[in-house]
Amino acid sequence: MQRLGISGRGLVVALPYIWLLLFFVVPFVIVLKISFSDIDLAIPPYKPLIEWIGKNSLAIKVDFNNYAFLFTDSLYINALVNSIKVAFISTLLCLLIGYPMAYGIARSTATTRNLLLLLVILPFWTSLLLRVYAWIGLLKANGVINNILIWLGVINEPLTMLYTPFAMYVGIVYSYLPFMILPLYANLEKMDWQLLEAAEDLGCRPTQAFYKITLPLSRNGILAGSMLVFIPAVGEFVIPALLGGPNALMIGRVLWDEFFSNRAWPVASAVAILLLIILVPFMMWYQSVQARETAGAR
Amino acid sequence: MSTSAGAVKAAPWLDATARPYVTVERVSKSFGEFKAVDDVSLKIYKGEIFCLLGASGCGKTTLLRMLGGFETPSSGRIFIDGEDMTGVPPYERPVNMMFQSYALFPHMSVEQNVAFGLKQDRVPKAEIAERVATMLDLVKLGSFAKRKPHQLSGGQKQRVALARSLVKRPKLLLLDEPLGALDKKLREHTQFELISLQDKLGVTFVVVTHDQEEAMTLASRIGVMNHGEIVQAGTPSEIYEFPSSKFVADFVGSVNIFEGKLIEDEPEHVRIASDELGGIIYVSHGISAPPEAIVWAAVRPEKIFMSTAQPGSADNTVRGAVQDIAYLGDLSIYLVKLPTGKVVRVTQPNTSRHAEAITWDQQVYLSWDPSSPVVVTR
Repeated sequence: MQRLGISGRGLVVALPYIWLLLFFVVPFVIVLKISFSDIDLAIPPYKPLIEWIGKNSLAIKVDFNNYAFLFTDSLYINALVNSIKVAFISTLLCLLIGYPMAYGIARSTATTRNLLLLLVILPFWTSLLLRVYAWIGLLKANGVINNILIWLGVINEPLTMLYTPFAMYVGIVYSYLPFMILPLYANLEKMDWQLLEAAEDLGCRPTQAFYKITLPLSRNGILAGSMLVFIPAVGEFVIPALLGGPNALMIGRVLWDEFFSNRAWPVASAVAILLLIILVPFMMWYQSVQARETAGAR
Repeated sequence: MSTSAGAVKAAPWLDATARPYVTVERVSKSFGEFKAVDDVSLKIYKGEIFCLLGASGCGKTTLLRMLGGFETPSSGRIFIDGEDMTGVPPYERPVNMMFQSYALFPHMSVEQNVAFGLKQDRVPKAEIAERVATMLDLVKLGSFAKRKPHQLSGGQKQRVALARSLVKRPKLLLLDEPLGALDKKLREHTQFELISLQDKLGVTFVVVTHDQEEAMTLASRIGVMNHGEIVQAGTPSEIYEFPSSKFVADFVGSVNIFEGKLIEDEPEHVRIASDELGGIIYVSHGISAPPEAIVWAAVRPEKIFMSTAQPGSADNTVRGAVQDIAYLGDLSIYLVKLPTGKVVRVTQPNTSRHAEAITWDQQVYLSWDPSSPVVVTR
C-alpha cells in the first residue's frame, strides 16, 4: 500500500467517493448521454453521441430534441404537474395523520413508546409490493371493506374504490406515513416538555401552548418528514400503477412507459433528467434542514 | 406594600389575627403507592420568602408544583389570597413559577421570552415594551434583549427566567432551586440580588432548595421537609438553634448528637447521663420528657470550647485526642476522639495569624456552656 502511495486514511476517505462514482456519477452520465442521443431501431435503441466519420474526423451529435419534445407534447408537463400535486396532497395528509401519532409516541412512557415505534416500523418487514396488493384485496368491489359494509347494511351496492384517486392516495399515504412519523418523532422526543408548563404558567391554555411552543419547535421535524415523503412520492410509480387505475397520470409511469413500452430511451432519459432538476432544490433544502437539526441537537 | 413588609418584620406568623396569603390545608399527594406529600399544612404570609428545605425526594418540589397548579392534590386544599385553588389550572392562577431548568423558550429572544406572558394577557404593545425594558434593566440584562437563550451564560439565563416570571407582577412567585445551576460565587451574589429584588417588588416568594445555606440566607422562614412531611417550620435561627428533632438538627448545619438517659429532671435544669459522651450533660433549662427517658443532646461544633488546660466545671467537659484537623482559612475543623470512641466535631475561628498550635494526637479538653445543648426526644 505504502509503495503504491495510498495511505490507509486516504483509502477510507476514498471508499465512499469510489462508491458514488461507480453507482451514481457513472449511471447519471450514461442517462445524461442517452438523453441527448437520437432514437434508433437497434440494441440499445439509440444512436451513439460520438461517431467516427471518414478517416480522421470525429462527429459529436448532440440532440436537444428530446427535451424540446417534452415541452411540445402536453402529456409530460401534465404528468409532472399532476405528480407534484399528488405528492403535495399526500405529504399534507401524511403530516396531518403523522403529527398526532408522532406526538402521542413521544409523550408516552418508555415501554409503550418502544412498542408503538415497533408498530410503525413493522410494515417494512413486508415488501412494499405485497402491501400494495393487500390494499387491492381490501379495496376491490368484492373486497374486505365492501363486504363488511354490505354485511353491516351500510351500503347495498359495493363502492368503487379501487382504481380511483382515492385508492392511490390511500396507498401512498399508507406507504409513506412511517417516513413522516419517524423524523417527527425524533424531533418531538427531544422536546423539553417543561416549556409547555412554563407557557401555561405564563397564561397559555394547552392548545395555545401547542401552537406557540410545540409547533414552532418541531418545524425542522415537519420539514424533514415532508421532504422524505414529497421527494419519493413525486416519482412514485408502483402505487399509482396498481391502485390508481388507467388515468392516474404520474411522471414515474410516463417514464416507465417511454422506456419499456415505447423503447424511447432518449425521451425517457430526458424525463428522468428533468425530474432530477426539479427535485434537486428540494433535496438541497432538506439537506440544509437536516444540517440545522443536527446543529440544534447539541 | 411598606406596611406588609413591615408586617413581615413583625413576624405575622406569631400574630393569630394576621391573614395568611397562602394556606395549605392538610394537603397530600400520592403517586401510586408512593406518598410524595403527606398531610402538609402551612400558612405563608404576604411579603415572606418561605423556603422549603429538604433532601431530594422529600416532596418539596411536588408541594411547589401543587401551588403552581401543575399537580393536583390527592386530598386537602390550597388557598391563595383567600381563594380555593382546587381545579384552577396554572394559566388562571395569580402565581408564576421559575423552573429549575429555567424553561426558556429556545426559539424566542430574551425580549420575546419576557414579553410572552404579557402578550398572552393582551397587554397593549407600548406597555409590553416598557415593562419588558424595565424588567430587563432590573435584572441587568438590558443589552442582551435580542439574544437567544443558547447565547447566554447560566447566570444570565437564570436572570431571564426570573424576569419572565416577575414581569406579570404575580402576587406569589414560586422558585424551584433558583440558584441550583450556578457556581458558588455567583450563587452567593445572586442570593442577595434576589432578596433586594423581592424587597423592591413586594412579591411573596416560595423557594424550594436542598441547600441549607441558601435557605438560611434567603428565607424569612424555613419549612424543613422529610418523607413528604414538614418536620419543622420556623425562622432560620429557630431552625438552627432550636431544632425540634434529631433530623432537623442534623440536616441543618453540622451537629454532635449524644444519646443519653434523663437522670435529673428539674424545671430549671436537667442532667443527662450519656454513655456515648462518657459523662454528664448539664442543661440549664427544663425539658418535657418523662424521667429516665432516652433523649438526645445536640451541641453545635462552634459552641464547643477546646483547650489544653482543664476547665473549672466537671459537667459538660470531656477529654479527647485530636484525630484530624481541617484548616479552612477562616476557621478550622477539629475531629476529637473521645475515650468512648465517639468522634466530636469542633470548629474554632482562626482569630489570630499565629494561633497556639493544637496539633494531631494532642490531648485536649472539650467543654460547653450549659445553655448550648438542645435536647430532643425524637
